[in-house]
Formats: sequence, structure tokens, C-alpha cells
Amino acid sequence: MSRRRMVIPFLFLCLLVIVAISLHAGASSMDPMEVVKTLVGMGTAQQKLILFEFRLPRMLVAILAGAGLALSGCVIQTISRNPLADPGLLGISTGAGVAVVLYLSLFPTGADAPALFLPFLAFIGGALAAGLVFALSYERQQGLLPGRIVLTGVAVAAGLSALMTVLSLRLSRELYQFAAVWLTGSIWGATWDYVWALLPWVMGLFLFASYKARVLDALSFGETIATGLGAAVTKEQLQLLAAAVALAAASVSVSGGIGFIGLIAPHLARRLVGAHHAYVVPASALLGACLLLGADTVGRAVLQPSEIHAGIVVAIVGAPYFLYVLARSAR
Amino acid sequence: METVIREIDQKSSSRPWAAVLVLVFGLSAILFSIAASISVGAADIRLATVWDALFHYDARQTAHAVIRDLRLPRSLADVLVGAGFAVAGAIMQGMTRNPLADAGLLGINAGSTLAVAVCFAFFSGLSYQAIIFWSFCGAAVAAALVYGVSALSRGGVTPIRLVLAGAAVSALFTSLSEGIAIHFQLSQELAFWFVGGVAGVKWSQLKLLAPWLVSAFVFALLLGRSITLLSFGEEVAAGLGQKTKMVKLAGAIVVLMLAGGAVSAVGPIGFVGLIVPHLARFVVGVDYRYVIPCSAVLGGLLMIWADIGARMINPPYETPIGVLFALIGVPFFLYVSRKRKGEFA
Repeated sequence: MSRRRMVIPFLFLCLLVIVAISLHAGASSMDPMEVVKTLVGMGTAQQKLILFEFRLPRMLVAILAGAGLALSGCVIQTISRNPLADPGLLGISTGAGVAVVLYLSLFPTGADAPALFLPFLAFIGGALAAGLVFALSYERQQGLLPGRIVLTGVAVAAGLSALMTVLSLRLSRELYQFAAVWLTGSIWGATWDYVWALLPWVMGLFLFASYKARVLDALSFGETIATGLGAAVTKEQLQLLAAAVALAAASVSVSGGIGFIGLIAPHLARRLVGAHHAYVVPASALLGACLLLGADTVGRAVLQPSEIHAGIVVAIVGAPYFLYVLARSAR
Repeated sequence: METVIREIDQKSSSRPWAAVLVLVFGLSAILFSIAASISVGAADIRLATVWDALFHYDARQTAHAVIRDLRLPRSLADVLVGAGFAVAGAIMQGMTRNPLADAGLLGINAGSTLAVAVCFAFFSGLSYQAIIFWSFCGAAVAAALVYGVSALSRGGVTPIRLVLAGAAVSALFTSLSEGIAIHFQLSQELAFWFVGGVAGVKWSQLKLLAPWLVSAFVFALLLGRSITLLSFGEEVAAGLGQKTKMVKLAGAIVVLMLAGGAVSAVGPIGFVGLIVPHLARFVVGVDYRYVIPCSAVLGGLLMIWADIGARMINPPYETPIGVLFALIGVPFFLYVSRKRKGEFA
């Protein structure tokens, strides 16, 4: 078996290890035996409650959102041929945030809305922001300009976050706290509803991206070569972009503004498995899941009893990595 | 070398007379705007009362006290801080030859913010002077990180790379500040400060801020000629016998003093430093001996009017001034980055 193929089972194993640690960590700690007992239905009522109603859904949401963000970043990086592109840098999370805060400020009782309504709004906001960024960085003759995407994304994100701040300053104190927690990136939608809402998106689009692996390979060589290889470049680009935006927006809608995962995971994945997307896609998804679940676990475990939000943990790890990648990039 | 100098002469179509006009009209406009700014606000005050409060102060009248203790320091802070951000932007744009440079975009404001958040959360009894100092240090750390990472890369410092490094450092420092704010339940208090507000400026603050910023302005003016040369490229500047490293170091210190001081007073207001130098260069040409003073005047003027606007949009609430600038600045940024297609494609 080649090294590449070893990597994916290895990453899967890593994820399982983090799952085990995450099950154990937390305000009321359970030892591994208790966890296993509870899983097979032999735990006390309280253990069942903690495991099935709090910890498991939260872990699954973290895994799905992490995988979604990473996949989205992987696709965006390939399409824009910019190793530094990332759904967070492109204004998707900020767009989602604006939509949520706008709703909260128009309907102050909004935090009690049906569970899936806020993620849906966030999804629309994120998609709109991404659409704006891409429309602004499209040039008729040259197609999407990779450098422009990044600059436009930074600018649009700055404008949107200003808008968000205006809106959030008018919220009542409780709602503000709710919005602030959401915006820094915390796994807040941690019930089974959110798991079921996220699962079809992430699984479906993961399959789509895997199916398009060869197209992604072709696109990564640049448009001229991709056309030569027989890809209908603009059509494929748009389809894949739509998928990437959907993935990022769906993930952000339950996890809040978590940046950098979409940047780091595909990057690490490429270093581990090479350039073929048949391997990069699953490796990115697994790495993303590991990263977000790991960050959430660390955030819960370090400063007990209060929490550090996963988004902050990810930024502390991710920003230096981003700077490192930037310093090594030739362009 | 001959040809280079001739080329510079052609390119540097500087217009000293335009600069003089900007300075004269700008300064008188600032005086007028201060008066206007003082009379606008939650309590409506007539200009005649403003005049009386300044020159025939009567301690028994509430209006006079409002003017003296709240509105006047606020307007003066507007001018100082606006000029500070603008001059910092002008120097950065000249030194790095990056038309997108701005204290907000390059992470400097975020560095100051983090330092101030740390001061609020862990050392709540600190004097304002100490906060300015730490704000300055935070700005320095962020600037060193952003510039260092860009300079370490293989292709050297490019505008895109600076903006990206700035975005990453901003993201890191902002999320750390927010983490601190949430953990210590300071969110909404700090949030208003994060987006920039001149409302809380007091005389005691202004007394400490003014000498700090004014001395930085003087340094900036002295650097004007060297920065003009640097803006034509490092080789050219070195060829003309300039010690580029010294100039860059001095420029960086001035930028940090200006941006750090301004942020400590009113929070991280971005985009002033991006917009104003472009306006100034448009009017007076490329000679930084004129661009710097004109940026200062225009920056002060823009800030004071933005502050008036911030109070009038939704009275009696104040719209954060940083937000106003972001809403003007983002389209401007997009415009600049589109205009220079070749550099940013």
C-alpha cells in the first residue's frame, strides 16, 4: 500500500482518538469504561443524558462543520489557484453573521426561533456575501482573478463586519452576549436537530467533491490547461464554487465565525497526500473534523469551568500557520 | 542615474501652490467645523453660546459646561486623531509603495486593540498614560509581525502579501481580544471602543495625547523628503545617497506613535489612513513634503465631519464612527484595487 493510502486510515484513527478524548473531557468527566458502558446502554440515567443529549451531538456537529469548512476551503483554493484562500477570508462567515444579527435586531425574541431558522438565515447571508466577492473579482476576459478574490474578500468582510457592529450595538445586553458568542465561533447549535440538518449537506457535497476530483485536478493546472484537458472551465468553476459556498455557509451557520480551518486543513492534506484530489478531498475533510473537534475539546477542557470558544482556539493555531504559509509562498 | 532623476522630475508633478491652498483653506475649515461640531449634539446649542462659552465662560450655565468639558475636547480629539491616522497611512503608503496600506488593514490597529483589551481586563487601574504606552507596544508587535512575515517570503514585500498578513494578524489579535472581552464580560463596553468612538475623550486624556501626537507629526514632516525618495523605490533612494534602513526605521516609529496613540484614544478606526493620502496625492502630487501636512489637515477635517455625521444619523444614539469610515472606505478600497489591475490580478 502506498503512503498516500495509509494517510487516510491514519487520519481516521486520529479522529477516533480525538473523539475518545473529547468524550472524556468536560465539566463532568466520564472515564472511558463508563463511556463504553453508556454507549451500549448500561449507563446511569445521568450518564445517558450527558452523553446522548449533550456530548454526542456537539461532537458530531463539530466533526461535520469542521469537515465542511475544510472541504469548502479545499475547493476554493483549487478553483482560485490561491493557496491562501479560505471561506473565512472571503466574507462568508461575516455575511452569515450579518444575517443573524440583522434578524436578532429586527425580532428581539429571535433567539427562541425554531432551531433551524437561524442557520438557514446564516446560510443565505453567507451565500450573498460570497456572491458579491466573486462578482467583484470576475473580469470578463480573464475569468476569476485569484489575487483580486483575496483583496475583495478582505474588503467586503471589513465592510460587513462594520455593518454587523452597528447592528449588534443596538441589541439588548443578553442578545448581544448571545450574538458575540456566536460570532467568535462556538459550537452553539449542539442538539440532534443540527446534526440532522448539517449531515445531508456535508455528506452530499463531500460526495460531489469526490466525484469531481479529476475536474479539480484539471482546474488546479490553470484555465488554459484545464480547457485543453477537456473541462468546461467556467461551468465547472461555478458549480464547484456553489458547492463550496454551500458547505461553508452551512457549517458557519451552526459553528459561528470559525476562520482558518478551510485554510489549514487542505494545505496540510496536500502536504500529506500530494496533489491528487481523489486523496486531497477526503484527507481535507478528516483533518478539518480533527481540527475543529480538537479545538472545541481544548476550549472546553482548558479553562474550566468557563469555556474558550473553538473559533478562538482555531485562530490561535491557525493564524501563525497562515503566516508561515504566507512567508513560504513564492507569489 | 541621470535618466532616473529626470523620470522622477517628470513624475513628481508636485503642486506646492495646491498644498498651500489646502493648508490655508483646510485649517480655516477645521476651525469652522470645530464650532459646528460643538453646536451639534444631544442638546442643541446656538453658535453664539459656543462663542460665549469659549471667550466669556460662565460656570453657572450648563451649556457652557457641556461645551467646555465634553464637546470641545471631543472636537479637538477628532482633529488630532484623524490627522494621526491619515499621516500614518500616508507614510506607510509612501514607504512600502503599497497603495492599500492603512493602519487598520495592516493589523496595527488590532495590535493596539489587543493591548488595550488586556489592560482593561487584567490591569483595570492603569493610568491613561500607561494605556497609550501599551497600545503603542501592541501596535509595534503587530506591525513587526506583518512586515516581518512579508519580508521573509521569497518574493519580498508585495502589496497583496502585506494585506494578507495584515488580515491574518488582525484575525488573530481580534479573536484574542474578543476572547478576553467575552471571558471577562466586557463585551459591550469594549465593543463600542473596538469600533471607534470619540465620545468619551476627556481633557485629561487629551493633555497626554496631544504632545505625543504632535511630536510624531513634527517627525513626520521632517521625514517628508526621504519618504518621497523611498516612494520611487529603494534602489533609487539608495542611489541618491539615502540611508534607506534608517529612514524606514524612523518612518516605522512615527507610524506606530501616530497609530498607537490614536487607537488608544478612540479605538481602531480603519480606512481614514487609506482614503486621505490618496486624496492628498490627488491634489498636491507625489512630494511627501506636501502630502504629509495636507494629509494631516484633510484627515482632521474628515474625522470631525464623520463625527458630526455619526451624531446626526440616528439621534440621540451615536453611530460608531469607525463604522462610517468602513462604509465609505470599503468601496474606496475596492476601487483602488481594481484600478491597479496589473499589481493585484
